Parts: sequence; structure tokens; C-alpha cells
Amino acid sequence: MSEMKLKTGLAEMLKGGVIMDVVNREQALIAEKAGAVAVMALERVPSDIRKEGGVARMSPPEIIADIMEHVSIPVMAKARIGHFVEAMVLESLGVDYIDESEVLTPADEQYHIDKFRFKTPFVCGARNLGEALRRIGEGAAMMRTKGEAGSGNIVEAVRHLRSLRSQMRRLTTLGSEELVNEAKELGAPLSLVQMVAKTGKLPVPNFAAGGIATPADAALCMWLGAESVFVGSGIFKSENPERLANAIVESVANYEDASIIARCSKGLGIPMKGIDIKTLKEEEKLSTRGW
Amino acid sequence: MRIGILSLQGAVEPHELKLKSLGVSVQRVKVPEQLKDLSGLILPGGESTTMLHLIGVNKLWESLKEFTSTKPTWGICAGAILLANHVSHPEQKSLEAIDIHIQRNAYGRQNESFESFLEPEAGWQKDKKWEGVFIRAPRIIAVGNSAKTLLRFNQEPVMVEQENVLVSTFHPELTESSQIHQYFIGKC
Repeated sequence: MSEMKLKTGLAEMLKGGVIMDVVNREQALIAEKAGAVAVMALERVPSDIRKEGGVARMSPPEIIADIMEHVSIPVMAKARIGHFVEAMVLESLGVDYIDESEVLTPADEQYHIDKFRFKTPFVCGARNLGEALRRIGEGAAMMRTKGEAGSGNIVEAVRHLRSLRSQMRRLTTLGSEELVNEAKELGAPLSLVQMVAKTGKLPVPNFAAGGIATPADAALCMWLGAESVFVGSGIFKSENPERLANAIVESVANYEDASIIARCSKGLGIPMKGIDIKTLKEEEKLSTRGW
Repeated sequence: MRIGILSLQGAVEPHELKLKSLGVSVQRVKVPEQLKDLSGLILPGGESTTMLHLIGVNKLWESLKEFTSTKPTWGICAGAILLANHVSHPEQKSLEAIDIHIQRNAYGRQNESFESFLEPEAGWQKDKKWEGVFIRAPRIIAVGNSAKTLLRFNQEPVMVEQENVLVSTFHPELTESSQIHQYFIGKC
């Protein structure tokens, strides 16, 4: 398990921080300067993927390499669900974390990547406890809620955080024989179900993602048990990315202090417009990709 | 005894669990007032650029400078970077509390993170086993005359002390043993 210790160890170091989606070096430098703990390199931010359609893939290697060369913070990059060759490419580039992400167009509708085969750690999205434990069972060293990426709407991230939290809480109240049935219901490995029942927590760090658009959104996720937040389209689709990036970092670090959130939320201009989730058709939802 | 943990960002919780298991009460530190009446302070691992940024935002610089110049302070990884007299790769501002030159991300990226046993310096706690988890770790490339190396990896210093200040480039909070936490508590 020594390898797992190194993988979750980096996630421990990223706690209480903000990981920002960037598509090029310029955005990565803005993110680093604003105090991001890491950047996530991707080809297009989720809201553009949503708008433009087409197949969303791993970011071009030269862009990832350029970002890695110019910032001193960890660099993550996204691979398509099940696309283990994209993941192998990202590992060979030396990225610090691979996000097997529903934001990109899935490459495999049946299987996720066997993440134990990689030295580079993985983060994966989940909507609920069963999904989270399946990903951890495949070797994910960090989890994040899926939320609804590129929507600018926090409602799905909240739903996923709350669902995860109440399901974990419930496990702690069950007897050992009930846990076996629960593992079956959740579709999750019994050993991981037993671990959660004992601690009331996931065995790896748990972050929030999907729809965070304001400093208050980010703080809400922290209150609901997220240990860090990923911000995607929210920052670079807002009127003033630099100020918003700064404000979200400040808000996450001080999420318990409403007066600080009030102060740093001032003068941010217009946030990204956002989408009412109810207007999205089932096939337009990114969070239903993967299982 | 109450020990503070700088809690702007990073691996706060594992230190909190270690300290509590050793019977020490813990104060999370985010604003200057929380440094009052502490016996010691831990600057945990995390991202040093983020912490530097937030130290500025939360107006902690002056009070941290004062605390770390006289009171027991232990910096781990990013925390060691914040405490070093000199930081490179890239150069950045620091609290200048210990006479070392430290280089950021000096072993490489996450794929080069590693775990290893460490060698205690001659005459220091030779009978114990020491292990270190190094995550995107910095390297101490020079140790000034007033600072003393306690542990080494591959002959290079990885834990150094100078009076009230202790720094380690590895993460004792991620290993089973609590002996380095105990050592720090002994300084407080």
C-alpha cells in the first residue's frame, strides 16, 4: 500500500485549496498567481464543450507540457473515461494527477480505467457512495463530486455531496451483517464499505466539482464536507477571472467566516450565466456518464 | 499544552490527529489572534505559493515572522519552504527563520514521489528507525553554520534544526510512527 500512500498523500497536500481548469499557459499563470493549489489542463472548459458539442478529448500534449513548464504548482489533466491510452500518455508526460473525467466524451461505456496499473494517481467523479467506492476499488486516490460541469449551477454538486454524506452516515449505524447486504445494494466492494462504516469517511480525500461559479458556492461545498474544490468554467467564463479566482481561493480558506466571503464577493462583475438543470435533457447531462 | 497548526491550506488534519493522540490540544491558525498563548506552531505541507498568498490575504505575515523567530516552530515540506532563509526554483519570499537554502520540487514531480528509510546524524537518536514520505518534495541544498542536520536521505539533509525551528522535507504525519511529533512536542 506504499504506492497508495504517495498517491493519497498528494491529495492531502491539496486540501483546503482550489484547483482551477485552464486551457493554456496564460490561464495557468493567472490561476497560480491567485493562489490555486493546482491546475487542471483540458482542451476546452466544460461550458464550451457543452456549447460547441463534438467529441471532447485529452488536451494536446504540447499544451500540457507548456503549462507544466511554466507553473510550479501541480498540474492535472483529464483523460476520457476508459481511455487508458490517453492516461498512459498523460503519465508519460509526467502530470501530477489524472482526472478520468465525465466532462470528456467517454471512450468506453462499460469499463473505467484500471487505475492500480499506473504510478500517477487518479481522481474520479461520483454522484453517490456506491460510485465513489467502485472508483476507489479501481484505484482512484482522490474523489470529487461530479456536479453538473459547465452549468454554472451548484445544485447537482450539492445533491451529490449531500447524498454521499448521508449514505456514509447511514453506514456507521449498521451492524456487520447488514453491511454485506449494503455492499450488494451499493454495488461496492465490501472491504471498502466496512472501512467507511468504521470511519464515516471515504478512505481517500473527497473534493467537490461541477457548477461552482461564486465564492459562496465554493464555501457551500466546504460546509457540506468537501475538502477542496475544483472550479471549471466558472472562473475563465466570468467577467473578471483574476478577481474571481482570488476571491474563490480566499473564500475556501475562510469558508466558516461569512464576513470574509461577503468582502471578497464584492465587485466581481457578472458571473457566468448558468443553466437551469431542469431544462437539460437527460442526454445533455455530463454527470450521467460513467457508472 | 496547546500547539497551533497553520490552517490556511494543506495537510492540517493528519497533524491534528497525531497531536491529539499524544494528548496535546490543537488550535487551528488562520488569523493573527489565534497565535496567542501557543506553545508551538506547525506549518504543514501543502502548496507554498498558495500559503504565501493567503498569509498576505489574512494579514498573518508580521505575527508569523515574530512567532517563528522565537517560539518552537516546525515546518514540513511547504512549511519548510516558508521558513527557509533562501528559496529557489523559483525564488520566493519566506519568513527567514532558519539558515538553510531550499529548492522547491527538487526531486521531480508526483511520479518521483517516494518513501524511504532515513539515516540519523551521528550522535542523534541512533537507536530508532526513521522513515520518510517525500511528496513533490523540496531539497535542502545548503545548511548554514548555526543550523544542525538531524536526519539524512542519501547523505543529503532532510530534517534540520536551528534553536526553536525544526524543518523536515518529508511528511511524518503520513506515517504510522509519532516519534517526530513527540520530538517537536519535547521542544515546546
